[in-house]
Amino acid sequence: MAGKKMHSAKRKRFINNTIVHVVLAILAVIWVFPIVWVILTSFRAEKGSYVSTFLPQSFTLDNYVKLFTDTTILNFPQMFLNTLFIAVCSCILSTFYVLAVSYCLSRLRFKMRKPYMNMAMILGLFPGFMSMIAVYFILKALGMTEGNLIKLALILVYSGGAALSFQIAKGFFDTIPIAVDEAALLDGCTRWQIFTRITLPLSKPIVIYTTLTSFMAPWLDFIFAKVICRANSDQYTIAIGLWKMLEKEYIDSWYTSFAAGAVLISIPIAALFLYMQRYYVDGLSGAVKG
Amino acid sequence: MGILKKKVNEFPTPYTCTRAIREGGLETKLSMVLMGFGNMVHGQRIKGLLYLAIEVAYVVFMIVNGIGFLGMLPSLGSVPQEEYWDEAAQVYMYTKGDQSILILLYGVATVLLTVLMILAWRGALRSAYKAECLEKEGRHVNNFAEDLKTLLHENLHRLLMTPPVFFIFAFTVLPLVFMICMAFTNYSKIDNHLMLFDWVGLENFKALFDSSSILGSTFWSVLGWTLIWAFFATFSNYIFGMIISLLINRKGTRAKGFWRFCFVLSCAVPMFVSLLIMRTMLQPEGAITGNVNNFNVIYLLSGGDPVTDLASTAGKTDLLVTWLYKLTIDKQYYNIGAVIGILTFVILAIGALFTYHNSKSYKEEGGF
Repeated sequence: MAGKKMHSAKRKRFINNTIVHVVLAILAVIWVFPIVWVILTSFRAEKGSYVSTFLPQSFTLDNYVKLFTDTTILNFPQMFLNTLFIAVCSCILSTFYVLAVSYCLSRLRFKMRKPYMNMAMILGLFPGFMSMIAVYFILKALGMTEGNLIKLALILVYSGGAALSFQIAKGFFDTIPIAVDEAALLDGCTRWQIFTRITLPLSKPIVIYTTLTSFMAPWLDFIFAKVICRANSDQYTIAIGLWKMLEKEYIDSWYTSFAAGAVLISIPIAALFLYMQRYYVDGLSGAVKG
Repeated sequence: MGILKKKVNEFPTPYTCTRAIREGGLETKLSMVLMGFGNMVHGQRIKGLLYLAIEVAYVVFMIVNGIGFLGMLPSLGSVPQEEYWDEAAQVYMYTKGDQSILILLYGVATVLLTVLMILAWRGALRSAYKAECLEKEGRHVNNFAEDLKTLLHENLHRLLMTPPVFFIFAFTVLPLVFMICMAFTNYSKIDNHLMLFDWVGLENFKALFDSSSILGSTFWSVLGWTLIWAFFATFSNYIFGMIISLLINRKGTRAKGFWRFCFVLSCAVPMFVSLLIMRTMLQPEGAITGNVNNFNVIYLLSGGDPVTDLASTAGKTDLLVTWLYKLTIDKQYYNIGAVIGILTFVILAIGALFTYHNSKSYKEEGGF
């Protein structure tokens, strides 16, 4: 009797496990399917955007080669360098902004502290791209929508609002015991020294997190780059380039290369994302305590 | 130093503007007209000169440009662009008419500059009064090098906060004020008001709330749909995520890392890439593509980043926002777009007030 019961419990567990695994497998397939499809497309030898078979008939590396060699119509290497330059500059600026503002809000007490935090919350509620056209006009009035100044414009746009999203970093700083600061003050440290020599070295995870997220933003942003670059094709970032490849006049010859480009920029971003997984836990648990 | 320390900890300070005006000496009162005069009298020469330079720069700017900008603001320009025949080049040319949008932008920028100037003026007055008081009490008045040194300690927040705040004002606040102004104009393709437009007061809001007009009825249906969608999207996302994580973290599940990897991978692919792929996948499928495709284009363009919502219910306003995008970029109804932006803000603000103000973190914030 008891043996039978145990047996049925075991069976039940087995059935449950099977169901769970099947459900997970189905969901995972749905999730991963587009990714696999893009990767396959990027190696496909047949041209064109639409083919009747899921698996390519023949494989080739030409799509990747074309991306980097055929620079007559869409200059992918140039776009890559543009994006890299913008990403590096705006990453340095916005990391500094975010960390500086977060430190001030977390550790210093000054009159504009509460007003600043309220302002950041209110500004965050406006739909971001509502002000996009206005940003374009401002940049145009400053003469920054022509030539190489577009890069500067994009750097300013990407880093300009960075200091409004201080919540995660502030949450992290809040978790560092204040006693550390007080001890340093007693030893004669200035607040600046506390910030650079004590708080920052203690907050490596959040420094890395902030750096990576701000580095990724220009690779992912499409809309601001499109509005600011307009027809200046030599200033295009990768996102616009990929979008351009799917325009009517290019799609037939560029579709497989588009897939190749998508794979290429997804790899580093996916790698960063997976790498940052563990920091997410740290950063967010800090934010809850904030 | 003792008082200074106290001043850092508690915000009340004896050196306020009103007291400076009421009780300050002659040199402090003169600083009202000649910024930085008081500082110069009390030995803070460089600081005084800096204040003076700010004042001179502002006055010069106002005389050269600013007054003109402000003067144009009520009318928003009236000279239309005209076509004329250029004999020499044998082409039609256009005269340079007024561009209301630039007039509005420069006007708003001038107003913001004036606000900053008033703040600087108050700062100058206070600093002059403080220098006067300190000297009267026989205490040390900081020279410029010492002032700079305080930036690394007592006034570190000034050093660290000024550049970010400057850029926030230039690239977030100024555009926002500018857009809000647009909501009260007739800047749209309707009646060809793209070059020259006027203030119309609350007309646009009226048009949107008037449910008998096309615009009004569309607005209400979109709003309703957005709210429903936001509700379900938030909850289904949340529940779905919970279920998946529960399934993965179950005791019996094998290869936890692999499943997690699968699901994280799809999040890691840039949003615009997956949307572009979806768009092209839907293309060859014939009749329905027109609609779906169109939606996807818009979704692609606006779906990713428009809402930075605190409660992390991203996409709360997606559909209002999608509509907003259509109205502004495709149809160029900028004024209506601005009105919708403001209303989106109001809806989000109400939602956020409920969640944020009641949350523990807000109440306990800054309690250490």
